[in-house]
Amino acid sequence: MSRVSVPCHVKGTVALQVGDVRTSQGRPGVLVIDVTFPSVAPFELQEIVFKNYYTAFLTIRVRQHTSTHTPAKWVTCLRDYCLMPDPHSEEGAQEYVSLFKHQMLCDMAQVLELRLILRQPSPLWLSFTVEELQIYQQGPKSPSMTFPKWLSHPVPREQPTPLLEGLPDPSRVSSEVQQMWALTEMIRASHTSTRIGRFDVDGCYDLNLLSYT
Amino acid sequence: MLQEESDLSLIIAQIVQKLKGSNLYAQLERQAWASLQRPEIKLESLKEDIKEFFKISGLEKKLQNAVYSELSVFPLPSHPAAPPEHLKEPLVYMRKAQGSWEKRILKSLNSMCTELSIPLARKRPVGEQKELLNKWNEMGTDEPDLSLFRPVYAPKDFLEVLINLRNPNYENGDSLSFRTHLGLIQVPLKVKDIPELKEFFVELGLTTGQLGIDDSTQVPPELFENEHVRIGQKVLTEQDSAAAQQYVRQGSPTALRAELWALILNISSHPEDILYYEQLKTNVIQHDLLVDSLIYKDVKLTASNDDYYFVFEDYLYQVLLCFSRDTSVLSHFAYNSASPPKSYIRGKLGLEEYAVFYPPNGVIPFHGFSMYVAPLCFLYHEPSKLYQIFREMYVRFFFRLHSISSHPSGIVSLCLLFETLLQTYLPQLFYHLREIGAQPLRISFKWMVRAFSGYLATDQLLLLWDRILGYNSLEILAVLAAAVFAFRAVNLMEVTSLAAAEAVLADLSTLKVMPLLQIFLFATVT
Repeated sequence: MSRVSVPCHVKGTVALQVGDVRTSQGRPGVLVIDVTFPSVAPFELQEIVFKNYYTAFLTIRVRQHTSTHTPAKWVTCLRDYCLMPDPHSEEGAQEYVSLFKHQMLCDMAQVLELRLILRQPSPLWLSFTVEELQIYQQGPKSPSMTFPKWLSHPVPREQPTPLLEGLPDPSRVSSEVQQMWALTEMIRASHTSTRIGRFDVDGCYDLNLLSYT
Repeated sequence: MLQEESDLSLIIAQIVQKLKGSNLYAQLERQAWASLQRPEIKLESLKEDIKEFFKISGLEKKLQNAVYSELSVFPLPSHPAAPPEHLKEPLVYMRKAQGSWEKRILKSLNSMCTELSIPLARKRPVGEQKELLNKWNEMGTDEPDLSLFRPVYAPKDFLEVLINLRNPNYENGDSLSFRTHLGLIQVPLKVKDIPELKEFFVELGLTTGQLGIDDSTQVPPELFENEHVRIGQKVLTEQDSAAAQQYVRQGSPTALRAELWALILNISSHPEDILYYEQLKTNVIQHDLLVDSLIYKDVKLTASNDDYYFVFEDYLYQVLLCFSRDTSVLSHFAYNSASPPKSYIRGKLGLEEYAVFYPPNGVIPFHGFSMYVAPLCFLYHEPSKLYQIFREMYVRFFFRLHSISSHPSGIVSLCLLFETLLQTYLPQLFYHLREIGAQPLRISFKWMVRAFSGYLATDQLLLLWDRILGYNSLEILAVLAAAVFAFRAVNLMEVTSLAAAEAVLADLSTLKVMPLLQIFLFATVT
């Protein structure tokens, strides 16, 4: 299914904490990230892709466009999705994650804004967030093709022009060319990634020192 | 569900792509074309008839084995947005640590090269080539002057790197708190605890028969051994990789072990494989590499001095020298956090068309590397088969023992698993050893890095490696290390220095591996 990236504006993360951020001992365990789509009309969300960075649980709330004049309300579309099975250990900490439309609790037809609520209950980590956030909407369905006229309405068979002397039969040539084309397509389709096994360059393996890049 | 279906088709596409270049694919195609002559293949039901033919002729089994092998070795396709480095190692700080460790190794090799004025690679003159070809089978008699060479690194250097591994996002406070690790490893990887290990290693339980325990002389063979051997022979007749892997979890009979391991690793001796090995041999004869001297030195220092393995010295050269010329090993770097060292042809620095890997297989041997091959010499006597088995074992298991990664079978996880097991189930011993300055990992690290090769008696080692193959995991090495400490706990509680602790654990050659593992996992009162 094709998908199209939607340009989004990711606002800075806001930490939710009880008490004063500066004086309290612990670090915030809840962060909120707002994602707006300033230049795009309300769209149907297809997929959310991001790279995790030590976030344990993710909740997503969405505000959708409603046709009536009631103000749009925030609805939870994903609740406590687990990104790290054990919040104290590294498993899942830096993984790439995709979330799809069908995993959401509600319909995502007219998305105006998203709010990502990140939770990391473990005090072991200094910070946590999600990175490389990308939102995708449904790509255009393959446009209905309009066939060129000569394909949909072939002209009736013409009389073939008389053969010039000495030239091969065109229908035979065309069938042979077709067979050769089919062979090249087969070779191209069965492309493998097996190596040949040469480690030298034209028989020469006289090296400098090892390079550090 | 939509996502699982598309994941499955992605995995299938990836495996098909990998198998397309293999001998098996060509064989299947040839057989399919040839089968059209057969009377039972009819045009109307061509697909089903050919499938049936494959089943009867055993080709379907071979295909199953090949697919199973691919699934065991290669990791599942990752997220489409993930770059290739992510497949090698998902955690960024570990990739960086591996990168800087590799840089140190390269610097060390480069300085050895310039100090000794020996080129990294040199084409042998024809006379020397002939001479080497003549004494190919007795390279051990050669006594080159290796006094100036030193191993690029030893396991203890690598241990220091692992001890200094830190996650920048982790609370590494100076004051001791609940978050401080009491052992040497300070990264919070997920490791299994004993209930999870009991579930993972369920076939090692007290009520299941084991070779290494239930085949001892006091136990009548009718109780377990005879039946187990019979099942093993059946598995070999069926030629099923997955069944063989399940079977060796209970140990493999000595007579069947070579064939069973070859079946699990999906190694079969086709003429093409023997030809490939001969090609590698030609490469060894044509070019002389600096790495060859390192290999010679390593074999002379380790395997030649070992009572069990010195007889195999010549085999070791034949395998290891060819191994360093084998470019097919480069494909394992897709899932190995390490990267092969790069160099350029002399005079063409920076030009990508003249970039090559050095050594051709990308693996720089360290002190003790030849001990990975030595135990296999007991099982395989034909050099090309021995070579294939070793290569497959390396790209499946051994590479994890000397590269920094977060994989559950990687050496970092094994060290952490060992320390966690010891702390949780032998806290007094752990505390005592820590107090006297003998951190347990300093003693057990060398055992795990070598997969216990050279420390256990060979029959016990092969029983241990049976389980590594059976469970497709190296975690058993950490469990055995903890079990050894548990076994000698009484003596260890009385020592007062690191040297004395080392002395208590110096000789493991009398240990019986399976009873130790069984007691530690299933019979220790927690």
